[in-house]
Amino acid sequence: MHHPKSWLGVLGALVPVVLGLSVMFGAVSLSVSEIVAVLSGRATDQTAVTILIQIRLPRVLLAALVGGALGLCGAVMQGLFRNPLADPYLLGIASGATAGAAVVIALHLDIYWGAVPLGAFVGGVLAVAIVYRIAQTRWAQLDNYALILSGVALAALFSAITSFLLFYSGASHDARRLIFWILGGLGGAQWVYVFGLLCVLIAAGAVLILFARDLNALALGEEMAAHLGIEPRHLRRILLIAVTALTAVAVAVSGTIGFVGLIVPHMLRLIVGPDHRMLLPASALGGAILLTLCDTLARTVLAPAELPIGIITALLGAPFFLFLLRRRAQLGALL
Amino acid sequence: MIRLENVQLGYSGRLVLRDLDLEIAPGEVFGLVGPNGSGKTTLLRAISGRLAPEAGAIYLDFRCLNELSPRELARELAALEQEISCSFDFTVREIVELGRLPHRERWQRLSQKDSDVITRALKLTKTLEFSERKIHSLSSGERQRVWIALALAQEPKVLLLDEPTAHLDLNYQLEIMELIRSLAQRDLTVLVSLHDLNLALRYADRIALLSEGRVIAVGEPEHVLTAELIERVFRTKVRIVNGTGDLYIVPVRSQR
Repeated sequence: MHHPKSWLGVLGALVPVVLGLSVMFGAVSLSVSEIVAVLSGRATDQTAVTILIQIRLPRVLLAALVGGALGLCGAVMQGLFRNPLADPYLLGIASGATAGAAVVIALHLDIYWGAVPLGAFVGGVLAVAIVYRIAQTRWAQLDNYALILSGVALAALFSAITSFLLFYSGASHDARRLIFWILGGLGGAQWVYVFGLLCVLIAAGAVLILFARDLNALALGEEMAAHLGIEPRHLRRILLIAVTALTAVAVAVSGTIGFVGLIVPHMLRLIVGPDHRMLLPASALGGAILLTLCDTLARTVLAPAELPIGIITALLGAPFFLFLLRRRAQLGALL
Repeated sequence: MIRLENVQLGYSGRLVLRDLDLEIAPGEVFGLVGPNGSGKTTLLRAISGRLAPEAGAIYLDFRCLNELSPRELARELAALEQEISCSFDFTVREIVELGRLPHRERWQRLSQKDSDVITRALKLTKTLEFSERKIHSLSSGERQRVWIALALAQEPKVLLLDEPTAHLDLNYQLEIMELIRSLAQRDLTVLVSLHDLNLALRYADRIALLSEGRVIAVGEPEHVLTAELIERVFRTKVRIVNGTGDLYIVPVRSQR
C-alpha cells in the first residue's frame, strides 16, 4: 500500500462502511434487515421508518458532511498559512458564529425556524470579513501574521459579545441553549441542512481541489510561489472565500466542533504525504469518517442521553497531538 | 537578454539603488558583488519582477517586465531566493515538478514532455539518484542543487540566484559554481549575487560591483576587482595574487 492514490480508494470505500455502521447504532439499534426494509419501502414498523428517515439518516449524513468540510478546510488553512496549528477557525469564524447565535438566542428570535443557523452563518462570515479588511489596511499589508493577529483580536472581541449576552440575558434556558451550541453537535440534523451543506461542499471543494497544486508551490514560501507564476494574494483571497463559506455553513448547522479540522490533515499527511492534490480529498474523506465515528460514540456511550461531541473530539485530539509531538522529536522534522 | 534603462529601485519611496544601466547578454554568467546592504538582493528582486522600479524600465528580450503576466514571466525567468524553506516534507521529485506549474493549465496532468524536462533537470543537477528522498533528509548542499533543479524545470532563459553558495561547505560551493558554469554553456543566462569575491573572479564572465546604492564598475572580473577598488568599497586592504595562472584576492592583515 505505497501509492497515495490507493489510499484515496481505501478511504473512499471506508466512508460508506462507516456510514452504514453508524446508521445501525444509537439509542435504538436497527438491524441490517430493518434498514433494508425501510429503504426499500417494505417496512411494516412505522417507528423504524421514523427513526431512520427523520432522525438517524440525516444525522449520520450531516456528521459525515461536517467532518468532511472541516477536514478539507483544515488542510487548506494549514497549507495556506504554512502552519501546523492552523485550523478552519483560525480567522475567528467560530467566535463570530457563536456571537451570531448568541444574539439570536438573547433576542428570543430562536423561536423562528432556522434563525440560529442563519445568525451563526452571518456572524462567522462577518468575523472573517472584518479580519480580512483589517489585515488589508496599508499598515498591515495583508501578510499571514496580520491575518492571524487580527483574527486573534476579533475572536476576543466576539467572545466578549457572547459573554456579555450570556451574562445580561440571565435566563438560564438561554444560557443552556447557547452552551449546547458552543459544544457543538449534530442533534439538530435535518434533511435541509444535509442538502444545503452538500451543495456548498461540492462547490467549495471543487474550487479548493482545483487550487491544490498552488498550495504545493506555496509550501516554498510566497516569494518562491510568485517566482513560479502564482499570485499569492489572489490565491489567498480565493482560498479564504471558499474556506469561509464552507466552514460557516458547517458551523451554522452543527455548532463549533473543535479539533477535527486540526488533527485530520495531520493524520492524513502521515498516510498520503504532503501533496495537496491527494491531501485535500483525503482530508475530506478522513474528516467524514472521523466525525461520523465520534458522533456514533456521542449517541451511544450514555444512551439514551447524549455526550456533547466536542468532548469526544477533544479526547481524541489531545493524545494524537502528543503523538505528533513525539514523532516530531524522533524525526527532528516539521510536523 | 536583460536590459536595465535608468532604473531607480526602492521601497515606499526610499531609493535603495539609483541610475542603473546594465545589459546582460544571453549565455553569460553575470556576477553581482558588493558589501552587505549594497542592494544585490534588491536588484535581483526587481529583475525577477517582484519589485517594480520607481522609475526606468527593465527589459527581458525587448519586452518590458511589466507587460508580462507572472506566469509568462515564470516561463522565461527562474529565480531562487537566498534561503528557501519547505514547510512540508515533499520528495525531491515532487518539488522539481513544481517547476512545470507555469507551463501547465490547472486541470492538466504531467505530460511526457513535462516528465522528460523534470528528469533532465534532475540529471543535470545530479539529484536524480535521490529524487525519491524527502527534502528535509538532505544536506544543505544537496538541497541547493534541488532548488536549482526546480528552477531548471521551468525551462527558463534566465536564472537568478541570490548567494547560492552562502552557508555551504567549500566543496559544495565549488560544486554549485561548476554547475552554474555548465548551465551557462547551454545558453542559459545566469545572474548571480556572490559575497565571495574569489568565486566571482573565477566563475563570472562579467560582474557589476555595487556600492552605496550605485553600480560603480561593470566588466570582466579581473578588471573590476582591482586592489584599489576593493579597498575603497570594502574598506579592506587586499593583494591580488597570481597563482598558476589564476588570480586570487587575499586580504592583508592589518598591522598593529
